[in-house]
Amino acid sequence: MSLLQDAFVYLVAAVIAVPIAKRLGLGSVLGYLIAGIVIGPLLGVVGSETEKVKHFAEFGVVMMLFLVGLELQPAMLWKMRAKLLGLGGLQVLLSTALIGGLGVAFSLPWQTALAIGMTLALSSTAIVLQTLNEKGQMKTVGGQSSFSVLLFQDIAVIPMLAILPLLAVSHALGGDGSHTAQTGHNVLSALPGWLQALVILVVIAAIIGTGRYLIRPVFRFIAEAKLREIFTAAALLLVIGIALLMEAVGLSPALGTFLAGVVLSDSEYRHELESDIDPFKGLLLGLFFISVGAGVDFELLFGAPGTIFGLAFGILSLKFIVLYILAVGFRLPTADRWLFSLGLAQAGEFAFVLFGFALSAGAIPPDLAKMLTLVVAITMLITPALFILHDRVIAPRLVEKNERKADIIDETGPVVVAGVGRYGQVVARLLMSSGYKVIVLDHDPQEIEALGRVGIKTFYGDASRPDLLHAAGLEEAKLFVAAIDNRDQQTLMVEHVAKTYPHLKIVARAFDRHHVYELEIAGAHVAERELFESSITMGRKALVLLGLHPFLAERKSRAFRSHDLETLDQLRDRWITEGVDQHYLDTIKSRGEQLLDVMKLDNNEVARQADDGWLPPPKGDANS
Amino acid sequence: MKKVLILYGHPRNDRSEMNLPMSAIARSLDGVTLVDLYAEYPTFDISVEKEQQRLLDHDIVAFQHPLYWYSVPALLKEWQDLVLEHGFAYGSHGTALAGKLFFNAVTCGASRSAYRHDGAYRRELRDLLAPFEETARLCKMRFLPPFEIYASGHAREDGRLEKHLADYHRLLVALVNDRVDLERAERGNSLAEDLDNILLPDDSEAAS
Repeated sequence: MSLLQDAFVYLVAAVIAVPIAKRLGLGSVLGYLIAGIVIGPLLGVVGSETEKVKHFAEFGVVMMLFLVGLELQPAMLWKMRAKLLGLGGLQVLLSTALIGGLGVAFSLPWQTALAIGMTLALSSTAIVLQTLNEKGQMKTVGGQSSFSVLLFQDIAVIPMLAILPLLAVSHALGGDGSHTAQTGHNVLSALPGWLQALVILVVIAAIIGTGRYLIRPVFRFIAEAKLREIFTAAALLLVIGIALLMEAVGLSPALGTFLAGVVLSDSEYRHELESDIDPFKGLLLGLFFISVGAGVDFELLFGAPGTIFGLAFGILSLKFIVLYILAVGFRLPTADRWLFSLGLAQAGEFAFVLFGFALSAGAIPPDLAKMLTLVVAITMLITPALFILHDRVIAPRLVEKNERKADIIDETGPVVVAGVGRYGQVVARLLMSSGYKVIVLDHDPQEIEALGRVGIKTFYGDASRPDLLHAAGLEEAKLFVAAIDNRDQQTLMVEHVAKTYPHLKIVARAFDRHHVYELEIAGAHVAERELFESSITMGRKALVLLGLHPFLAERKSRAFRSHDLETLDQLRDRWITEGVDQHYLDTIKSRGEQLLDVMKLDNNEVARQADDGWLPPPKGDANS
Repeated sequence: MKKVLILYGHPRNDRSEMNLPMSAIARSLDGVTLVDLYAEYPTFDISVEKEQQRLLDHDIVAFQHPLYWYSVPALLKEWQDLVLEHGFAYGSHGTALAGKLFFNAVTCGASRSAYRHDGAYRRELRDLLAPFEETARLCKMRFLPPFEIYASGHAREDGRLEKHLADYHRLLVALVNDRVDLERAERGNSLAEDLDNILLPDDSEAAS
């Protein structure tokens, strides 16, 4: 089949299966897996190329870890270190020992048993993180613990790849190994061990240094070109470049991009990078899940269903027990223990890589590798069902016990300010100095740098883009300040935000009176003419310079302001129903004439009656 | 030589017949500082620091104002609320104003007869100004009865304007030169009515 035909089949499957699965509450991962099973083993429209597709689609995991890194500031990572090493390290060690021990008990050679134990100890980063993100459980204790373990597993793959060749029990097959491992060993294997280590350290330092000092000016330069697709290209280039570099020195590409993500998580380009990479990650991960589904070997499965499912459930149970014991040991809250233990019980996509590598290294016989690969796929297929079991059956029973905790989590949501030119900047600074957490978006790199220098955290991006607004966290925000300097975009943005996030309060900068109406219709709670107040202030100061008593000037500007706001109110309905018609123009004219009277204040008898504040009773009526 | 600070509060300067010329006199005298509060703080954003420094720089403080509802116009009240801080004006460490003199220079719409026990307002003006007397006392200041002008809206028509202004001038000059019999003034109800009795002799500066 041609590339386009392949793409067509995969896309059709995904477009049909995923929305249905989501509608049924099964989550997107299960949708993709089912789509894969349908087009692969069931209908047979895709065939042998699924393996290649799977390799290609694994890059989605790399992108996902980049995004995870972006969400994780270095300080947070440092806080996680105990969980990362303790929880992650013990999980890998204990699971490896238990599974390997069982292998030995079933009279496998210890080398093979160890290779299998290590491989199956790993869980599926792709499925677990995707599912947790989709359900918004990433920030829970269970989610954070799961993430710690997954991150440790990603790191653990590196020594595993080094150990596997030492576990050969038969002649190495060569050839069909993981490209990851192979490339790595081709470049560095000629060097002595200490030099390899040195190169690896240098590469990691280079990634951190580049991220810290080089990437930002480069992105700034690209951003100034104001070409969105070039920025996207640069983001992709960054991720792919780091992945290649890591592969070249034999490290996990996912780990490298994760590191780059963490380094960039402090930068002003974080949200833009997030929303640029996100669709690619989503599609590639989807492709990956489809290829897992498509790769299920039904012939093998129906040949020995008892063995295959027995092994799958055996692995799930063993890993579940290890995880649950650790969860208790590390004092996870009861509700989170189940999420953590059920979620991580499957074997992961690294197993496909490691089994391939172990096979080529001669650590595992081909039949067993084939069968175990199928078992891994089955455990991954079952995982979404386990998440559903947790959400529908286990979590509801635990909710009551944890009710008290939920109250405390409720934090004040941040304020998102879109556009921080001369206008939005003042608003943002006022809110920030009043103690509110403010997230600021702007598309002018120079503005961003300037704000960064005075300590205001600003993110680069076109604030009128829905995806960027989403990435900035409007979901959790309390208030949205729309202050960009393009009239039409401003209205469209307010309309979009009001529709998509009905809980949000919106204050909007308006250009003139009509724009106020437009913004109010679009859903703004407050629309303020940008120059109105400052013009009145200027007018008041002008009157003082002309010799008026400052308090009289103040009273005149107050009279002017309230008359104008009254006009604004009076014309609103007319404008909404009829637009600018003759009646509207007449009203403006008569209001204008009236204003002259109002503003005369004490210059004539008419105004005197309208403005006798602070005056004694009329002279004839004194003593009364 | 004493320094006199006059805090002038009148929201309708533009329509004033008495307070405006009174301010002009105060402004023209050496040793007297006149602050038009409504001109300085048209939006009511009073600078506490600046006002406290002014108090420290003077020996005698007066509120010059029309009587609104037996009290001062809003900005002068705001000034009291903000400037007379605990620890500055009152409280165990608030001694910045101790020993300074305080009085109201106040213009009233109603005539003298209204401010009597059997009059329309049923109290002497000095008694109606009790909140200021107590404020001064709490700030360890010495309170003097008001320099008041009754029926001030008719002063011009009645031909009293020049006399009132001349009295105000005499009082301020005497205060600057420390030639006011304070004990005697304190015992009376009015600086204006007792003026001839409380000004000490050797008054070389004749009232204009």
